[in-house]
Amino acid sequence: MKIGVLAVQGAFAEHVEVLRRIGVDAVEVRLPEQVPDLDGLILPGGESTTMRRLVDRWGLRQPILDLASRGAPVFGTCAGMIILARDIADGDEPVLPLLDVTVERNAFGRQLDSFETELAVPLLGDQPVHGVFIRAPVIERVGPEVDVMARLDDGRVVAVRERNVIATSFHPELAGETRFHRLVATMAAEHADPGEGVGRRPYPTRRSRQAG
Amino acid sequence: MTETSTWATKKGLAQMLKGGVIMDVVTPDQAKVAEEAGAVAVMALERVPADIRAAGGVARMSDPAMIAGIMDAVTIPVMAKARIGHFVEAQVLEALGVDYIDESEVLTPADETNHIDKHAFKVPFVCGCRNLGEALRRINEGSAMIRTKGEAGTGNIVEAVRQLRDVLSAIRRLQSMREDELFVAAKELGAPYELVTQVAKDGKLPVVNFVAGGISTPADAALVMQLGAEGVFVGSGIFKSEDPARMANAIVQATTHFQDAKIIAEVSKGLGSPMRGIPIEAIPEGERLAVRGW
Repeated sequence: MKIGVLAVQGAFAEHVEVLRRIGVDAVEVRLPEQVPDLDGLILPGGESTTMRRLVDRWGLRQPILDLASRGAPVFGTCAGMIILARDIADGDEPVLPLLDVTVERNAFGRQLDSFETELAVPLLGDQPVHGVFIRAPVIERVGPEVDVMARLDDGRVVAVRERNVIATSFHPELAGETRFHRLVATMAAEHADPGEGVGRRPYPTRRSRQAG
Repeated sequence: MTETSTWATKKGLAQMLKGGVIMDVVTPDQAKVAEEAGAVAVMALERVPADIRAAGGVARMSDPAMIAGIMDAVTIPVMAKARIGHFVEAQVLEALGVDYIDESEVLTPADETNHIDKHAFKVPFVCGCRNLGEALRRINEGSAMIRTKGEAGTGNIVEAVRQLRDVLSAIRRLQSMREDELFVAAKELGAPYELVTQVAKDGKLPVVNFVAGGISTPADAALVMQLGAEGVFVGSGIFKSEDPARMANAIVQATTHFQDAKIIAEVSKGLGSPMRGIPIEAIPEGERLAVRGW
């Protein structure tokens, strides 16, 4: 089982380090031919405009969409969340529209408004998550198939999951937080060896589980 | 409990810039060219270092109106320079809301003894260094990001290479020392003992380390990345070249694919002439910028 971290730009080394700390085989991904071998992919924080251009320039878009459609987990933090959004509030074209959400870039303002706070993420247990928000985006609209994983005190959505795709506005990789990566690793292991996860993929959302 | 402008968010923004290119721009139009080419941030200033060097005189903080114009033109982070020790210029830049302040040797120093107390600010700072001791002194003063200085405005990579090798080999030496040798190492570096022990343990600086001063081709960028830089600043190298948009894009690609010579070859084709450049020996001692800062 191998998880890739998109390494065209940004804080990819920090994600690789978290994955290795929890015993996962992690590789830096810069070219399309590396994608099909993966069982999961992380899109790190960085500058979304830069990442968009590099993803397009090197033809990474289609292989990543194919990987996600096979059910492999894809996890985006900060800029990675923007890359995964179906709609971007300022009208920019989506990059990898895998999450049915509308995202607002730099939603809190400039760097002087970057902050840290504690967040409740019930899916990961009772212990709160320490959220580091750096020029962070926020989710303005959540589609019907999307589960909200965390909100700020004012109700704004900062972590979501739609089937095998997870995204956070904040940076678990900068806060010594490993639970998101453990979740992604578990999903990737089930993708790599479906025997363990038969009947559970492709990760139904809470609503579709209730409906079924 | 929500806290803004913490050490983690200051240092964290630099982490988000890693693997990227920060470009000097003097107009909103240039800022848009840089953003379009894939720059992770721009440095807003009135003149690029090559022109500061040519003009002589005292170089100061840029006109706030010009910086604000660039902040309005792009969505990527905007940095701006204050003179070494000029904490009021830094206060002005913080009031403008810039995303990062560069306490820069490219401007004429305002204080020959003290640097700015950067802990006193909410906005993060990047500072230049020539060696490990200088880097750790700046971090101790609150710098959340470090760049080697190179020799700005020369288009000559030699100083940047010398300084980056200096910093990284000094770190490797610390790693090989016994704990009881680190006291003297700290004294010799002129750096705080706590930071020296941390570097010896981690094998890297506690903040992100970029390279500046002299990068003018895609291969220059890849060279410093292979040597261990975490990203690059390009000053005069882009807008003093023949085709800035193409040069900017090529340097961005080479910074991402710094280990892939075939890609570097591909993006380097037909870029037109880079900036002209000057040999370091041709610059009189008194006009070298890297020696500013203490």
